[in-house]
Amino acid sequence: MLKKTIPILIASFVGFFLILSKFSPGLEEWDSKVSTWFDIVAAFAMVLGATSLLSSHFKKISNKKPGWAYSLITIVAFGGTLIVGLGKIGVPPSFPGYPWSGDYMTEGGAFWWVFNYVYVPLAATMFATLAFYISSAAFRAFRAKNVEASLLLITAVVVLLAQTSSGPMLTEGLPDEYAHFKLENIKGTLINLFNTLGTRAIMIGIALGVVSTSLKVLLGVDRSYLGAD
Amino acid sequence: MRIIFRSTVLMLMFCGLRILSAQELQPPSNLEVNDVPNDAGVALELKWKLSPDDVEGGQNPVIGYRLERKTDPPDPPPETEGESTSPETEEPQPDEDGFLEIKILVAGTNSHTDENLDPKKNYTYRLTAIGTDDRTSEAVLSIPFSPVVQWINTNKLWFGFLMLVVCGSVVVFIYLAKSGRDLKIRKVAGLEAVEEAVGRATEMGRDVLFIPGIQDINEIQTIAGLIVLNRVAELTAEYDAGLDVPTTRSLVMTTARETVEAAYIKAGRPDLYNPEDIYYLTDEQFGFVAAVSGKMVREKPAACFYMGAFYAESLIFAETANTVGAIQIAGTAMPSQLPFFVAACDYVLIGEEFFAASAYLSGEPQQLGSLKGQDLGKLIGAVLILVGSALFTLSSLFPSSGSYGRLATFLKETLLGS
Repeated sequence: MLKKTIPILIASFVGFFLILSKFSPGLEEWDSKVSTWFDIVAAFAMVLGATSLLSSHFKKISNKKPGWAYSLITIVAFGGTLIVGLGKIGVPPSFPGYPWSGDYMTEGGAFWWVFNYVYVPLAATMFATLAFYISSAAFRAFRAKNVEASLLLITAVVVLLAQTSSGPMLTEGLPDEYAHFKLENIKGTLINLFNTLGTRAIMIGIALGVVSTSLKVLLGVDRSYLGAD
Repeated sequence: MRIIFRSTVLMLMFCGLRILSAQELQPPSNLEVNDVPNDAGVALELKWKLSPDDVEGGQNPVIGYRLERKTDPPDPPPETEGESTSPETEEPQPDEDGFLEIKILVAGTNSHTDENLDPKKNYTYRLTAIGTDDRTSEAVLSIPFSPVVQWINTNKLWFGFLMLVVCGSVVVFIYLAKSGRDLKIRKVAGLEAVEEAVGRATEMGRDVLFIPGIQDINEIQTIAGLIVLNRVAELTAEYDAGLDVPTTRSLVMTTARETVEAAYIKAGRPDLYNPEDIYYLTDEQFGFVAAVSGKMVREKPAACFYMGAFYAESLIFAETANTVGAIQIAGTAMPSQLPFFVAACDYVLIGEEFFAASAYLSGEPQQLGSLKGQDLGKLIGAVLILVGSALFTLSSLFPSSGSYGRLATFLKETLLGS
């Protein structure tokens, strides 16, 4: 009762109230208020997340599991970033006499330095690997094994060629009456017509799926995500 | 004598010209204030008749209008940070009558919407025409007016009606299914393969990796992913396979722990449940990607499930797992990521299939009923698309008959508009 019924009642009340607020201008400010409440709850939950992270890595170190040195690096990085962020190390005060009054991301501060010179390059490196993964995925996806795969291959080649600067040059000699067959126009048709059609159909299905799942959650039809009684 | 006469005439002419050029501008008139409909009482619409001098090429041109507002009760002075403010940054103050300039409008403007108002206050407006050489007209005053809070947005009534029909059909089918009515649901290959994937992991003695997206618990895709996790965890409990659930949000971690624990209890294997299998890594997208990819390479999971909201990391996960030979099942409602999953995964739940997964896997009749309700929504969507296409085609074929165009506009702007 306490573990499932009351949370469902709260979720239903808040959920239906927020749906109503979308149709009532007088209630629309509640949307942002509830978002703020969520942020507050999520901030408290960060303690749980940090505890989980630290405990799992401390266990790896104490048990000397393979790769425990990486856990040590994680803990040192976590602690170091936390200290420079909370301590606002290297951040000049905004008001004289108030040493911690500066913004933690002030340029030149230690946290700013860690973010810009450690985190951003690392994140960019991970993001950059995507280019190679796209190539390997495209290599597998575009193998002309059957009719459908061949169509996919031809479409991809046309769009890719038209995206390049030299692609449109291949068909620029076509007379105006055959302008539809210029590479850039074929690409436009493929993207704006066929691609948009498919995407919109998927979006309609997604919207209906969201409605159905939300109703199941709000009406308590599916309670599996709430845990055991 | 003649010189004196000429000088007098010239002086009179000069004075006449000065008087003519210094004459006051004629003011605007009929300053009306009306409430803006369908808002939360935060805006007023002002309309007025232009000054008779507001004509192009006139001798005494109006170059603009000064709009001022008096607030009753007055707004509190803005809060300033620090001990002192420089004169350049000082906020403008109301004059002795309590009016504060809010806008200078260009000549020819005869309306303005004043926004960010408070419905608990009265507002009086003062409008003055401005001419060249800093000349101004007499001011025209409005009556005091207070914006009104509207409780129903009439622009959204049709949208609300359509939403009620779709939601109502979902609810009706849920209750029909509960009453024992047989509902036929087509097979979804990706969902049929869930058991196969878990079985494969069991045979290989490796873990099942489940990623419930990278969004927080307020995202419906994350909820849908956790519902699927419940069914997958039931299977891993039954098969005694290892389960690994890295999360990118603390709240998702706590909810996932509850979900998995419930699944293990339901499967009769609470002893196998280990909360540390569900853990938090980081909120940062590429930090999470690095951690999960590294885990994939080191531990080589036999089956990978990606169920939730994904962005650029989708292909990195799917390709990394592909290199370690894992069977992969993905489900997402992010259209931009679907091609990546389709290219790299063995099975993909596209959009609505992902949301249908929980009902499908549970097999509970009331949940299957919700899928039938969705079908009615699709039928309504298809009918509206066909009717709309027909109306727009007819309106372009027969432009002289305005009724097709009006109906098409009604369908687009009113029925399906926001």
